[in-house]
Parts: sequence; structure tokens; C-alpha cells
Amino acid sequence: MCLSIPSKVVEVDENNMATVDTMGIKRHVSLDLMADEINIGDYILIHVGFAMNKIDEEEALQSLEVYREMLEAMEEQERRQVIESDDNCDSRGTV
Amino acid sequence: MSELQLKDLYDGFRDPDVIKALAQTITNEAKQLKEPLKIMEVCGGHTHTIMKYGLKQLLPDNIDFIHGPGCPVCIMPKERIDHAIALAQIEDAILLTLGDMIRVPGSTSSLALERAKGRDIRALYSPLDAIKIALENPDKKVIFFAIGFETTTPMTAALLEQVEKQGITNLYFHINHVLVPPAVDAIMADGQAKINAFIGPAHVSVISGAKIYQPLPKMYHAPVVVSGFEPIDVLQSILMIVRQKNEDRCEMEIQYSRSVTLEGNTKAQEMIAKFMEPREHFRWRGIGDIPHSALGLREQYAAYDAENIFADILPTEPIDDHKLCICGTILKGLAKPNDCKVFGTACTPNNPMGSCMVSSEGACNAYYRYGEV
Repeated sequence: MCLSIPSKVVEVDENNMATVDTMGIKRHVSLDLMADEINIGDYILIHVGFAMNKIDEEEALQSLEVYREMLEAMEEQERRQVIESDDNCDSRGTV
Repeated sequence: MSELQLKDLYDGFRDPDVIKALAQTITNEAKQLKEPLKIMEVCGGHTHTIMKYGLKQLLPDNIDFIHGPGCPVCIMPKERIDHAIALAQIEDAILLTLGDMIRVPGSTSSLALERAKGRDIRALYSPLDAIKIALENPDKKVIFFAIGFETTTPMTAALLEQVEKQGITNLYFHINHVLVPPAVDAIMADGQAKINAFIGPAHVSVISGAKIYQPLPKMYHAPVVVSGFEPIDVLQSILMIVRQKNEDRCEMEIQYSRSVTLEGNTKAQEMIAKFMEPREHFRWRGIGDIPHSALGLREQYAAYDAENIFADILPTEPIDDHKLCICGTILKGLAKPNDCKVFGTACTPNNPMGSCMVSSEGACNAYYRYGEV
């Protein structure tokens, strides 16, 4: 019931309706609950035929950046572990 | 920073490597927890994500989930479902509702059974579709059986606004919109569930704003993190809870910052306030009466109010669940679906005995679909 799908606005008409792209599927939604102007290219959340909000692109990008940095940090840590275990390898130089 | 693509909003929050990395970080940091975490994910959407992505299996044993009451179909007591059935049985009525409501069993029937008997019962994609149906059927009484938490309430208000604007006189509303905070208070007042942290609903908060949870951390000594519905959202929220606990903090935080603000959608809030007000009482399945936990139409809109207009035919007595069904105990966070004797045997999604098996946001349905935790 509360699930909602991110969609991209592709058209806004004079009846305060928008056409949106939801992962390749076109749908018509009402903008009656939107206080701010919605423009083509905006990302919005759709729930039972209405736009609920405009997705904050900067916040979304920041979250994705945090995840990317976390992955890099973990990869770095893994690399270091491999090097350390190699450094401490007893059989180094003997095989 | 690069430009955001639509697919980033899906894939970016489901990346398996990030899921693994977050689970690993949580596992490391959860070793310092002084007591086991019992996190209530209030919303059924989060229950669904936890089950679908097997998140519990990725986490250490000292983190457990208590599934909350945030499933609008699940919490509907049988007498309200009997209301829908009684309304659908009116000779010249068309009953409209959303999704899963059609299959929920009432005391002796369900909307699905009534439809099979020839009653005109329709599931809408959007509440706005009700206008077209009302205009196309001027000699019928079109009744919208409105369900949902804060997320779905403004759409009913937007429909009311259109009905008023267009002067439509054959569309009536049976309002069953319920509120998250009073339900959480009722569960915590009961005290049996031993919850010490909350994952706050995603899309309820888009509408109401995260401000509605601000009293919770102090009242119940439990952190609240408002989370998105994707698996990475939920894991990041759990990490935020673990860190609050380890740092002796107890706050309301927003993980789902791309869509949730403190204030929420104020236009939607104003629209709701124009047409609806809190009811004195509303009975929840399993939890019982919770004061001011649901909305009804304001007095001046009584002409649209199906509960007012068709009062003569609507049952008023509370009706309890089947004695083998433990939906109520599950909704209070005191049992899990696999504690139920009829789970997966006498009660399945195709032949549900209780509401929690019907809705995809119901805990029983999620357990049945994705396997036991």
C-alpha cells in the first residue's frame, strides 16, 4: 500500500497532470498534491496515481557517493589484508 | 558530482556489494552492543524488504526484527470489512476500493466472494478513477471504501476536493484512514514487545514529515531512523541505530533524506485537514480501541459520508478474529507468523484466514512468500 515508485517526469499538461516514465512504462499522474512547480526531468515518487513529492537529487547523489566511498574503503582494507598475509607468509621465498 | 539517472534510484540502492559491505560493518559494530537490538519496523513495506532480501540472515543474532502494525489492510477489524460488504450489497451500489482489500475475509464473506455473486465491486488504480465511474453511472450510488495510512490519505482528500469542485452528488466515502503514531504508542504502552529501536516508515513520512516521530526517542528510550524501502536503505538505517546505541545517543534521524524532510508535504497535510479530523475511537485488529488513531470526515462533509448516510445497514458490534488466527498478536509485535498453528496450512495467500496473509505488506504473506526468518 505504501510502496511508491520513483519516476521521471516527461510531460506536464494544463490539467495539472504529468506523464511520467517509470522504468520504461509511461503513466499519467496527478500533481494536485504538489506545492512546488514540477518540471520535465524532475524525479518524483508516485503513489496510487498521484505524485507525492519531488525526490531531492542532491541527497540521492550524496547517499550513493557515501556507498561508493564505503566500498572503496572496504576494498582498500581487503587489499591491505592480502598484502599483509603475503608479507607474513612463512613459506615466502622457499617455494 | 555526476547527474542522477532514473536507474540509480533503483539499482543504486540495491547494489549487492553495498548490501554485503553494510551487513559486514553492522556485524562488526554490533559486537559492542550492550543489549540485543529489538527493532520494530513499523511499516509493512519494510517487513517486505527485510524478507525479500533476506536481510535478517545477513545480520548477527543480537539484532532481531519485530514486525509492526503498518499494513492498512491487516489492521482492519472484521466489522469494518463487514461494512464494505454491507455497502456492496446495496441494490444500486458500486463499491470501489484499493488493492488487497478485496480479498480480506470479513465475518462471513469477503468483497471477492460478493463480487463473484454479481455485486459491482472494483479495485481502483487511483482514487481519481472514482470520478469517471461516478459520472458514467449517475443513477448508481458509487461508494469509495478508503483505506490506508498517512501515505494514502491525501489522495482521498484530493478526490474529495475534485468531487466538491465538480459538484458530483453520487459519490460517497467510507473513510478508514489510520495514523502511525497512536498505534506505536498503543504497542509501547502495552509494554510486552520489549522494543528498543524503531525503523520509521518511508512514505508515511514523505507526507507527514519526520516530525511526527520526534517525541518517540525520549518517551521510549528508543532511537528512530526514518528509512527508505530499498535494502540498502534498511541496512543503513540499522547501522545508524547500532551507532546511536554504541554512542549512547537516542535520537530521531532521517536516513531517507532523498524523499523525507522534517516538515513533509504541507500541501497534502492541509488538504487532509480541510476534509478530515481525528475520530474519538477506532478499533484496530488485535490491538483494540486506540483513541484518535484514525480519521473521519468533518461534520460539514456529512453529505459525502457513507457511514452517516448508510448508518442503518452498517453493523456496529466489534467482531473478533477466528480463534486460531494470531494476526492480532503478530500486529502487536508479540509473535511471528511461524508461531501460528494455521500458518501455511489452513491459512495461505490463496485462502487466507487472517488479514496478515492477504496483503503483500502483511508479515504472514511476506514469510509465506520469501521463507521463514
